Amino acid sequence: MRHLPDLSRRRLLIGGAALGAGAVLTGCTSNDSGDDGNNAQVNTGDNNANAAPGKQVSIGFSAPAADHGWIAAITNNAKAQAGTYSDVEFKTVEAGADAAAQRAALQTLIAQKPDVIVLLPHDGKELNSFGLEAMQAGIPVVNLDRAFPDAKAYRLQIKGDNYGMGVSAATYIIEQLKAKSVSAPVIGEIAGMDELELTQERSKGFADTLAQAGFRVANRRAARFTADTGQQEAASLLQALPKMDAVWNHDDDQGIGVLAAISQANRKEFIMVGGAGSKAAIEAIQADNSVLKATVTYSPSMASSAISLARLIAQGRGMSDLVELQVPKEITLASETITKENAGNYLKLGF
Amino acid sequence: MTTTQTAAPPANEKPAEKRSWWRDDASEPLRRNLALFGVLILLIIIGIATRPDLYGDSTWVRNNIFTILELASVIGVVTVGMTFVIIGGGIDLSVGAIVALAGVWSTTLATQSYGAGGMIFCALAVGIGVGVVNGILIAYGRLVAFIATLAILVAARGLAAQISGKQTQVSTNTFINDIALNDLLGIPLLVYILAAVVAAGWVLLNRTTFGRRTVAIGGNAEAARLAGINVKRHTLLLYALSGLCCGIAAIMLTSQANSAQAAMANLYELDAIAAAIIGGTLLSGGRGTIIGSLLGVIVFATITNLFAINNLSTEVQNMVKGGIIVAAVLVQQFRYKSFSQLFNRA
Repeated sequence: MRHLPDLSRRRLLIGGAALGAGAVLTGCTSNDSGDDGNNAQVNTGDNNANAAPGKQVSIGFSAPAADHGWIAAITNNAKAQAGTYSDVEFKTVEAGADAAAQRAALQTLIAQKPDVIVLLPHDGKELNSFGLEAMQAGIPVVNLDRAFPDAKAYRLQIKGDNYGMGVSAATYIIEQLKAKSVSAPVIGEIAGMDELELTQERSKGFADTLAQAGFRVANRRAARFTADTGQQEAASLLQALPKMDAVWNHDDDQGIGVLAAISQANRKEFIMVGGAGSKAAIEAIQADNSVLKATVTYSPSMASSAISLARLIAQGRGMSDLVELQVPKEITLASETITKENAGNYLKLGF
Repeated sequence: MTTTQTAAPPANEKPAEKRSWWRDDASEPLRRNLALFGVLILLIIIGIATRPDLYGDSTWVRNNIFTILELASVIGVVTVGMTFVIIGGGIDLSVGAIVALAGVWSTTLATQSYGAGGMIFCALAVGIGVGVVNGILIAYGRLVAFIATLAILVAARGLAAQISGKQTQVSTNTFINDIALNDLLGIPLLVYILAAVVAAGWVLLNRTTFGRRTVAIGGNAEAARLAGINVKRHTLLLYALSGLCCGIAAIMLTSQANSAQAAMANLYELDAIAAAIIGGTLLSGGRGTIIGSLLGVIVFATITNLFAINNLSTEVQNMVKGGIIVAAVLVQQFRYKSFSQLFNRA
């Protein structure tokens, strides 16, 4: 009679190896770089009259679950900025997977009666009615980046300038090409997710501005804000345009893949402009050792500013540099162009 | 039905041994592969007709072939694993998520500190590990493959997002990044990897008992069990094999993009299933070829390339892809009916 047939040597070996591999792997999930660099973008408000502690307020916050770097930076920035104030209580709710889930989450937030709500909606149109509801209930709403169509649905709207990004990118490219006196340049474009309105606005700003200089986009590919799709679309674009003078890539996160494709194709005859302003992109521009010569900002630092302004709204204070006693209703951030010359100033805003 | 047969017997109603080769069952995969080859040549002719300026340059043509193959390489490796699973009567919806999880896990700062060997080990181990979980749920937990792998799809992407902190993790390992960068004898390394996986898959399917068992289980699992095949263990191995392919693909994709993130390899499961289907793999199992799947992947990559060089938008491209999938499945159904039967039923 055989005892314990299940504990044959082979099975023990395989089981042991699997357990060992599992143990090793679980140790490999850490992303702690050791330098403890929390690179959130905060304004600590030294020498700023608005920074003086005021009435105790609570700020409710909701943004979609992060699926890429920019959204992750939005949430991190908001949290970090709130943390700099002694008079702010920060309440955050998970926004869930879509507009309906976010609406449900926001209802629980209203029940907690915050003094002000800062909200990056999944979709501005779909959450417009929530904005109205909250405003009617006497809770001011700060809309972050994705506008509500109804002006009564928000107390403050702070957003980036998508059309302006395209304008800034085109302006820089025109400047550079004119300086090199290229007459009929070949210009490529790698857009983000094509079904989003913001992508269309960016491309329109780019095309409109190029047209004023008599230039046009020779080939446009749409990636999906991820590095792997950026690589694939860039590889296709480079193949379609064997000689190119300039390319604008809408998003620096997908730009990691775009730059990889460019070095894999061994191409360097053109200049590249990025978008959004990630830390890696700004560092690459400063180092000036790749085709990436500039990036146009769409900074997630707007989340930090939104929290600061929401606090002032809740406390009934205005912005100390302005004459008005209250915070303005709409703020659109300028899309700035980061080049080698000014990269040093922007490094702290990179995400 | 029988009355019309006596009236005018069509060619395929003759006894089987007299069937000409294009109606013969045994040459069916060959015919289908030839048809896919025809589609490929048609696409290239369209390319030449629409962009004669580009196709006139032989260096460009050579680069274009390698670009298409490199773009097909990652999804090609995933499709080899998927083909085995589908032939074995299953489906694996979690492949894209496994690629993302393996990619993210192998590019954490902790894993990268172990160097290229550690990263490759990690990607392969994660791939096989998740594949084994799929296999256990399906073979021993008796979950329907569709549901089990759908659950793993969601869970694996969640875990990938958790590990990466929703950030894009840049690979600083030059050995890994160089895989996509370098050539050997003028051919990109990624193309060699694809060729090696396809060759290994072909041998495994056509020249080993493992392959014969896969076909037997996919054809009729109960008959295979009665014939003495350990169906449960074999099913588990099929999903582990698919996971292994995903691990290899994760390294390739990380190398191409110099980074990994939780949203990478988005919808690869659908691309892989589509490529296998138009390559002639029967969705109900028991039939399929590795070469057909490879041709399916290359056809899709060539369409993408054709649309890119003509500056056409992705929307139109997706519609064309959808049309091709429908056409392929229709052709697959026609195989089981003679044309006369089709006409008589109408």
